[in-house]
Amino acid sequence: MTTTVEKDTETRPSPVTGTALRRQLGAAVRVLLVLTVLLGVVYPAVIWGVSRLPGLHANAEGSVTPGGTSSLIGIDPVPADPAADPWFHTRPSASAPDDAVAGLGPADATTSGGSNLGADAADLATAVAERRAAIAAREGVDPAAVPPDALTASGSGLDPQISPEYAALQAPRVARVTGLPVERVRALVADATAGRALGVLGEPRVSVPELNASLAPVAPGIR
Amino acid sequence: MAGLAQVAVLLVLLAAAWRPLGDWMARVYTDESDWRVERVVYRLVRVDPRSEQRASTYAVAVLAFSFAGIVLLYLLQRLQTLLPWSFDRGAVESGVAFNTAISFVTNTNWQSYVPETTMGHTVQLVGLTVQNFVSAAVGLAVAVALTRGFVRSRTDRLGNAWVDIVRGCTRILLPIAAVAAVVLVATGVVMSLRAGVDVIGADGRSSTIALAPAASQESIKELGTNGGGILNANAAHPFENPNPVSNLLEIFLLLVIPVALTRTFGRMVGSVRQGVSLLAVMGGLWVAMLAVIWTAEARSASFAGANLEGKEVRFGIAGSALFANSTTGTSTGAVNSLHDSFSALGGGGAMLNMLFSEVTPGGVGTGLYSILVVAIVAVFLAGLMVGRTPEYLGKRLGRREVTCAVVVVLTMPALVLLGTGLAIALPSTADAMTNAGPHGLSEVLYAYASAANNNGSAFGGLTVTSGFFQTTLGIAMLLGRFLPIVAVLALAGLLARQPRVEPGPGTLSTGTPLFSVLVAGTIVLVAAITFLPALALSPLAEGLA
Repeated sequence: MTTTVEKDTETRPSPVTGTALRRQLGAAVRVLLVLTVLLGVVYPAVIWGVSRLPGLHANAEGSVTPGGTSSLIGIDPVPADPAADPWFHTRPSASAPDDAVAGLGPADATTSGGSNLGADAADLATAVAERRAAIAAREGVDPAAVPPDALTASGSGLDPQISPEYAALQAPRVARVTGLPVERVRALVADATAGRALGVLGEPRVSVPELNASLAPVAPGIR
Repeated sequence: MAGLAQVAVLLVLLAAAWRPLGDWMARVYTDESDWRVERVVYRLVRVDPRSEQRASTYAVAVLAFSFAGIVLLYLLQRLQTLLPWSFDRGAVESGVAFNTAISFVTNTNWQSYVPETTMGHTVQLVGLTVQNFVSAAVGLAVAVALTRGFVRSRTDRLGNAWVDIVRGCTRILLPIAAVAAVVLVATGVVMSLRAGVDVIGADGRSSTIALAPAASQESIKELGTNGGGILNANAAHPFENPNPVSNLLEIFLLLVIPVALTRTFGRMVGSVRQGVSLLAVMGGLWVAMLAVIWTAEARSASFAGANLEGKEVRFGIAGSALFANSTTGTSTGAVNSLHDSFSALGGGGAMLNMLFSEVTPGGVGTGLYSILVVAIVAVFLAGLMVGRTPEYLGKRLGRREVTCAVVVVLTMPALVLLGTGLAIALPSTADAMTNAGPHGLSEVLYAYASAANNNGSAFGGLTVTSGFFQTTLGIAMLLGRFLPIVAVLALAGLLARQPRVEPGPGTLSTGTPLFSVLVAGTIVLVAAITFLPALALSPLAEGLA
């Protein structure tokens, strides 16, 4: 090593002199710039390069199928005719437009986030009550039968998945509107259902984007 | 049951990593030779890697490095329009840029902005990703310097800050982060340089979802206990944390270094038992707090029958509580669910993790040096009871050593209580809250606890974009980071200078279960004495209402 910044500094009687400060600041700027190249340019470039490999590339770009569906992103579909609603619906989103019933309706996809309402907040009580009434009316069921995930907005606002209970609640209505036998619809739900990873991680869940994508080609009543 | 098995899988992974990673980190900081890439770095920056620094020089180096980081990060944000991949997101407003620069350099990663509409990819990579690494490396360096204070005797040298920072990046953080980033992409985390992707819904409507080079930042964000999301919803966003496997990996990453550092410490001081006794404190409190948060969330019916507001279906209550406990116990601050929407006691538990001064198991490096400082206070208290000069690991704890320790212990409570008090006294603060009453106070208390502990998670309902919050939270982050660092390095210098004293009959035996109980008791006692009144008015009042 040719230059010895540290040694010069350390032989002084009082270590924190103006010169020492300047020297450390100079070293600081140089170390920062070198590490910025290594960690801020080289490292992400390598990871980006590796993510171009087959098998990783699709994931890296958002897991979007050629048909334009991403199994990762849940944006609630809007039926052309609300009286004949053929779709499975995602959970409420805190970024849904204000005129939607308490977050039922498509999320504002330009951002992500949740309501931040406290578990005991009066505003949350109101929203849950409105959602419960709207969903019970849509599905033609007892309001008490609507499961918790259907009544609450997710943290991301883009949660693509619902509980198996919420999917089961929607299946009869989807079958009726699309004209498919309810058993067929339940089979499609089962195909879009994932269990816990390794049997223990996470929760069982039904992917709404996958489910609706599988529904469209087979249902006579839509498109 | 599945939830418990999920915790068990996590603990098995951590146990498997503890020994090899702990031993590896001890070697990294005692190795006499340099890697080739490191020699290139030292030549470029003109630093002699074999020279050693006094405590004061070490501190100046760390402060100068952090100061340079803040300036660079501020400039990158302000000059964003000149940078590629900025997507017309414009120059970042000065208050946000100031707060964010401090936030990422102090390892807090508090975010007062919406990432996908504010920061372009260049600022994310060249600015924020870099600070995710180096702020963690600084924490590691300070923890190692304090450890050397115990190991060494009759010297005024603590090592070389530049070597410690560079090695922390090249030998620990970079290799693990690189492997983890690729695994994360395999689970579905995005790694894209595009601004967004068009997603077509079942109804035929097209929506553009923001993309980002997320995987490379996600891995170091968890590994370095940073926590700043590259997307607004952080680890709740499907692009950052797509499924339960990525969720477990991210929780593992944010715990693994703080946990393994206890072994590094034990190896460096020549007694693994000493590290194990600290790990027992961290682990015991982590388990206890997990039980509190998980039970509170599982029992909260809220209005929907289960408290799923702000939580994702794929993680559920169990996966959200596990993440929340780990992110607040490690000063990470990443979230996979919204803590503001937790039940009163669940959110209060997350807050209490921070108010324990981040030692369960704490941030990268910061967790180790914080718990060592508490251990010193505990030994001192025990010494007072028997009327002897206390010793810890062969070093006498005199007036000056204990003074340094107390400065560290008192900095955070002072910042949290003063900041919260000041904010509550302002009439405008009421408008910044999403929730009213005790929960509104929780939002403010949580914000200052998060900033002063360099955690960065939030009760997101508080709007913190006003000049008052940007400035005071920025100051809390700065002082909460660097006052303790300076005091810890001063303490390290004092310890290194002392000769080693042999344990006598009156020496408190450390590295024992009794000692672990003593340290845990000190942590809980200090937090209770300082924060019980504030907590009684916020989560406790809300929970009892």
